[in-house]
Amino acid sequence: MSKDKREKEPLFSAKNRKLLINPLHKDNPITTQVLGICSALAVTAKIKPAFVMTLSVIAVLGFANVIVSILRHGIPPRIRIIVQLVVIASLVILVDQVLKAFVFDVSKQLSVFVGLIITNCIIMGRLEAFALGNKPWPSFLDGIGNAFGYGWILIVVAFFREFLGSGTIWDYPVMEQLGVYNFGYQNNGFMILPPMALIIVGIIIWVQRSKDKSLVEEN
Amino acid sequence: MKAIRKILDNIKPHVQKGGKFEMFHSAFDAVETLLFVPDHVTTKGSHIRDGVDMKRTMTVVILALLPTLIFGMWNVGRLHFLSHGETFEIMDAFWYGFLKVLPIIIVTYVVGLGLEIIFAQQRGHEVNEGFLVSGMLIPLTLPPDIPLWMVAIATAFAVIIGKEVFGGTGMNILNPALTARAFLFFAYPADMSGDKVWISEKADAFSGATPLGDALVGNFENIPSPMEMFIGTIPGSIGETSTLLITFGAIILLVTGVGSWRILLSTVVGALVMGGLFNLWGENAYMDMPAYYHLILGGFAFGAVFMATDPVTASQTNRGKYIYGFLIGFIAVLIRVFNPAYPEGMMLAILFMNVFAPLIDHYVIEANIKKRLKRAKA
Repeated sequence: MSKDKREKEPLFSAKNRKLLINPLHKDNPITTQVLGICSALAVTAKIKPAFVMTLSVIAVLGFANVIVSILRHGIPPRIRIIVQLVVIASLVILVDQVLKAFVFDVSKQLSVFVGLIITNCIIMGRLEAFALGNKPWPSFLDGIGNAFGYGWILIVVAFFREFLGSGTIWDYPVMEQLGVYNFGYQNNGFMILPPMALIIVGIIIWVQRSKDKSLVEEN
Repeated sequence: MKAIRKILDNIKPHVQKGGKFEMFHSAFDAVETLLFVPDHVTTKGSHIRDGVDMKRTMTVVILALLPTLIFGMWNVGRLHFLSHGETFEIMDAFWYGFLKVLPIIIVTYVVGLGLEIIFAQQRGHEVNEGFLVSGMLIPLTLPPDIPLWMVAIATAFAVIIGKEVFGGTGMNILNPALTARAFLFFAYPADMSGDKVWISEKADAFSGATPLGDALVGNFENIPSPMEMFIGTIPGSIGETSTLLITFGAIILLVTGVGSWRILLSTVVGALVMGGLFNLWGENAYMDMPAYYHLILGGFAFGAVFMATDPVTASQTNRGKYIYGFLIGFIAVLIRVFNPAYPEGMMLAILFMNVFAPLIDHYVIEANIKKRLKRAKA
């Protein structure tokens, strides 16, 4: 690519903005690329862990993209996967330590899933598809954008699952305050189970595609 | 009849395209075709258009369900009075059960048909009549005291997630009635399982466990005689208890050709084979239970006759039907005996095989193609 052209590009050019915005909707990692589903099912029973998970993924993906982008000319192509893994793993360990130090209870709830960020397909996918071929700043935007795209789905799913399944929002007993239990209302136990997360993700995809027909595949 | 026709003809212009009440045209269509044979005629070719369309088929199933329903209502009342130690007449019991069951049926139909009509209107389809049967099946699989709002939510879930997302009647992968039941089973286990819910407003001192529940925990002295279970004077979901009347419904379905005898036969064989294997194994009392008990316990008969034979979700090929049915019976008994968390294996077995039905069909067809190719080469 022509270097002189790139250097004149402003920080938030239309192209860079697209890197940040597209993954939120049209190119969403979960609903369009269908990546990172496993953790979306596992950590969305409550909003709090989902939120912490989102922050962790934003930190890991943002920095991993930048680091790999900086190293991209020095990484021999044949061992690039292992190099990427080392980068991701170091960042995940950092995040894990921070969580353990400051929000221990949430860290316990997330248990192995923080460690499993390493295997989150979104992260490897972005490193392979974007950071290896682009400069640090666009890579950073791409990483943050995809992590946010992943995160907002996570939080929406977690909101419905916590609200309907446990009757709380961010551990605040909303349903109890509303007093609906007195009318015979009960929490929906199915919401706590992982299949329901899949169904909610499915509903989000349904809504998204009926709003934006360009996402519907031809078959 | 003429009077109804006249009323419909009067309304018709108003609800057709361009009329004042166009938004009700799906609802009108549904009522009209339910009451009268539609006046479509074939315009091209030599196809025969029969009077038996989907609505008539569904009506046969409803007819086959009626004996079970009426018996179920009576049984609900009977068990209620029995648990309180009161004496009662047959009509008392029936009336009590009728008042218990009718609201459940009404809620199911209102919610289900309402959603069907909305979807049909949105998509410009005809209203599909598949829900006529689902709406009757859902109440029959529930305990009598189930809160009505739960019924409404489960019905909505079954219609939207179980059916409409796949494209409506005829496109669904899972049986909608069982989807509703499974939803309730996992969402509100306290109202759907255990030994408290099967008798309506039960007196505390009276044991309300179903024979299936008793078998699971090894209370074999509490299990009624096979004759009692066959006739169905036992606690359970509203429509599942009477194997006798379900058999009667099965005969109606088989004689009219609405239900597949292949599926029914192989389901029963599957259960007996698995039950027989357990008899040979005989590690605990549940395994030693005579295999034919599985046919009259719990929802096996109801599921086999009215759910497994659902033409949409079952296998389509004849050989596939044998495999499909056999595995339903086999897995149902397997789950019952092996998994204490899910006493009623029939529901899960049917849903499980619903998912596999297209795969079975695929391999049956592939095998047939291979066989014929071989013959062509020889």
